[in-house]
Amino acid sequence: MSDTHQQSIGFVRDSMLPQVAPPLGETGIFKWMKANMFSSIANGALTLAALAAIYYLLSGVLPWLLNGVWQADSIRECREILDGKVGGCFAVLAERWNQLLFGFKYPSELYWRPTLAFVLLFVAIAPVLFRKVFPAQMLWFSALYPFVAYFLIWGGSVLIPLFALLGFVLGYVFYSTFVARSFALGSFGGILVAMAVWYITGFLPIEGVLATEAVASRDMGGFMLNLILGTVCVSLSIPFGIALALGRQSDMLIIKWICVVFIEFIRGVPLITLLFVASVMLAYFFPPDANIDLILRVIIMITMFASAYIAEVIRGGLAALPTGQYEAGDSLGLDYAQKMRLIVLPQALKISIPGIVNVAVGLFKDTTLVSVISMFDLVGTIRGPVQASSEWNGVYWELLGSAALLFFVVCYGISQYSQWLERQLQTDHR
Amino acid sequence: MTVLSDPPVGSFRLSMLIYDSKYRSYTFQFIALMIVISLFAYLGSNLLTNLQAAGLNISYGFLGESSNYDINQSLIDYSSRSTHLRAAFVGALNTLLVAFLACITATIIGVIAGVLRLSPNWLVRKLMAAYVEAFRNVPVLIWIIIIFTILTAVLPAPSAFRGENPDATMLFGAIAFTNRGLYLPAPIWGPGSLILGVIFVASIIGVFAYRSYATKLLFDTGRLLPMGWPSFAILILPTLLAYFILGRPVTLEYPELAGFNFQGGIQILGSLIALWWALAIYTGAFIAENVRAGIQSVSKGQAEAAASLGMRPNRTMNLVVLPQALRVIIPPLISNYLNITKNSSLAIAVGYMDITGTLGGITLNQTGRAIECILLLMAFYLVISLTISGLMNVYNNAVKLKER
Repeated sequence: MSDTHQQSIGFVRDSMLPQVAPPLGETGIFKWMKANMFSSIANGALTLAALAAIYYLLSGVLPWLLNGVWQADSIRECREILDGKVGGCFAVLAERWNQLLFGFKYPSELYWRPTLAFVLLFVAIAPVLFRKVFPAQMLWFSALYPFVAYFLIWGGSVLIPLFALLGFVLGYVFYSTFVARSFALGSFGGILVAMAVWYITGFLPIEGVLATEAVASRDMGGFMLNLILGTVCVSLSIPFGIALALGRQSDMLIIKWICVVFIEFIRGVPLITLLFVASVMLAYFFPPDANIDLILRVIIMITMFASAYIAEVIRGGLAALPTGQYEAGDSLGLDYAQKMRLIVLPQALKISIPGIVNVAVGLFKDTTLVSVISMFDLVGTIRGPVQASSEWNGVYWELLGSAALLFFVVCYGISQYSQWLERQLQTDHR
Repeated sequence: MTVLSDPPVGSFRLSMLIYDSKYRSYTFQFIALMIVISLFAYLGSNLLTNLQAAGLNISYGFLGESSNYDINQSLIDYSSRSTHLRAAFVGALNTLLVAFLACITATIIGVIAGVLRLSPNWLVRKLMAAYVEAFRNVPVLIWIIIIFTILTAVLPAPSAFRGENPDATMLFGAIAFTNRGLYLPAPIWGPGSLILGVIFVASIIGVFAYRSYATKLLFDTGRLLPMGWPSFAILILPTLLAYFILGRPVTLEYPELAGFNFQGGIQILGSLIALWWALAIYTGAFIAENVRAGIQSVSKGQAEAAASLGMRPNRTMNLVVLPQALRVIIPPLISNYLNITKNSSLAIAVGYMDITGTLGGITLNQTGRAIECILLLMAFYLVISLTISGLMNVYNNAVKLKER
């Protein structure tokens, strides 16, 4: 037996050691970095690679941004000011911002009108987007907004939007009177009444009555054109998309096949071919004396395009709804229109919101394609009048970068909103 | 005595077309059909009137005529004396070429970015999120133009490669990035290269044979053969050996600077590269999101169950997580491939001669046959789309969860 333990002096600590802060590697930022960036060798290598990529990007972009020249008349003057240093020539934005935003033909003294329309757009969509925050009465303004915006952007006689509004109002009056008797009678009758009003008022001599200065459609351009096409086509395509989706789900074979053929055809071809149709082919299909301008033809084609995609999204929503919901509607004795309006569509549309927003963002991005058929939207203005001018020939990154930034801000904002809305509408699994 | 009977079954009355739900659907269908027919009749009659007024007719005879324009990149023989039909065919092949290249590249980029978005590394995760958001929220047309501008405005002209002290040098002495495109060495197939090709194909088959043998052995006896390096060796070694035994039948022709331009080698046009990479990076961002959603859709319990059975992490990934994730990933992946094919029509913005550039561009402008050209163009894209979505439906039915 060993007796070492008998001879060793027992150690008994008689005072507490002072508290020591945890080692540097186990607290705060170091611990976080160790856990999140250098947890293994491979991870550390990835971090270093990422850091190198970020450094490379920033070392290229930062001097360009910070040395940027904002005051110059041409790219040559920019280069003189920069004197060999790296720097952006942002003077092109300072000088040509109006062309980039409004197109190069929109009368500059009227810029306030589209600007006002743009500001009012926010007032109009705020109550739609944020139901809980804004009073419901504001929705009246949202309903009036399309007519106000048309009047502001295009100008001309105030009677044109007023008569258009009158058609909607009379149609709605007819609908609300007869909807109690039959939904079909109310809705179809309402549509007929509205069309009759528009047809009759089309004969009235309203040229120049109570008119402001009119701007022709072909003078629209710049980012304004992208916004006009985007908002108009998305808002028009939602009702068409719902109708197409319901048609595709319908038991009536003929209606079903009409919708299937339309949807599959439109989804099978690129938007650019449809725009070609709008620019060179559609004119053949209208009466010879009808003078339908290019922007309207483009709106028709893009709306058809978007409706087909939205129809597929909504069809997904309809299919995701449990059959029990349809059967519950039937067992309550509701007819088809009531069942759809009161039970099925509110739930199906809620499921479809992320998809609809995706389509809307995609469509807004696709409005740049109109530059291919020589319309001067933002991209068309950059590649056309701005880069072709002798002053700014050779400026690329400032223009393309700002275009990318504009689109990014709008599209990212929309997708963030849709994620927020999804969380708001989540009524299950709380 | 009273006799209770069913209410008399009335014969068909006209009002039943509206009030009887059985007949009402026929009324609606009839109305819809009439509206569609009259719409088409209206458009058709307008078309005929307009064509007559313009002195035109619908005819596809122009396809047989000589095209009189050049195409700068063509996979098959083509000259300006070829027919419009052949020009359209060249364009179609160019569309398929760029779509194929972009699909492969986008898949690689997307899978890497999607997996890295789930990485435990905070910095990498954020960087990939920034990539995805930046590319998803900016129009693909702008990306195509940006990349095209990089290629044409930033890269040096071929003349910069000349002289004693050139401003630009070729990568590995073989690859030249110029503003006229990318110049690569071209392989020259000497005698004996056919044997080499046969050996290569045979070794590919050998790899599959080895892998299926290893799987069978595993299932039969439980013995686990290594998979990775033997497959690689079978793939490479025989071809490499044969290459030296046969006396290097395949040689490379390097691009040489001659005059103001490079001669020899393969030239890939800047417009093709711009379109290819813009589509790949743009769609890669969408694929990354699909891949991430797919991996996240496999519940954690699956991986934990595999771990509790004693499987190693990479086998868990290969045998448990990925097969389930693929079910979620593949359908949107295919629709992304379709989007690439359709977006490749933006080639017209950078002057790459795809079918939209030949048939829908120059041919249309030269002959003035707008209706015929656009109908053919639409038919081409429609055939591709419907074929791919048909294949996708077959796949979906094959991998659908078989429940009850």
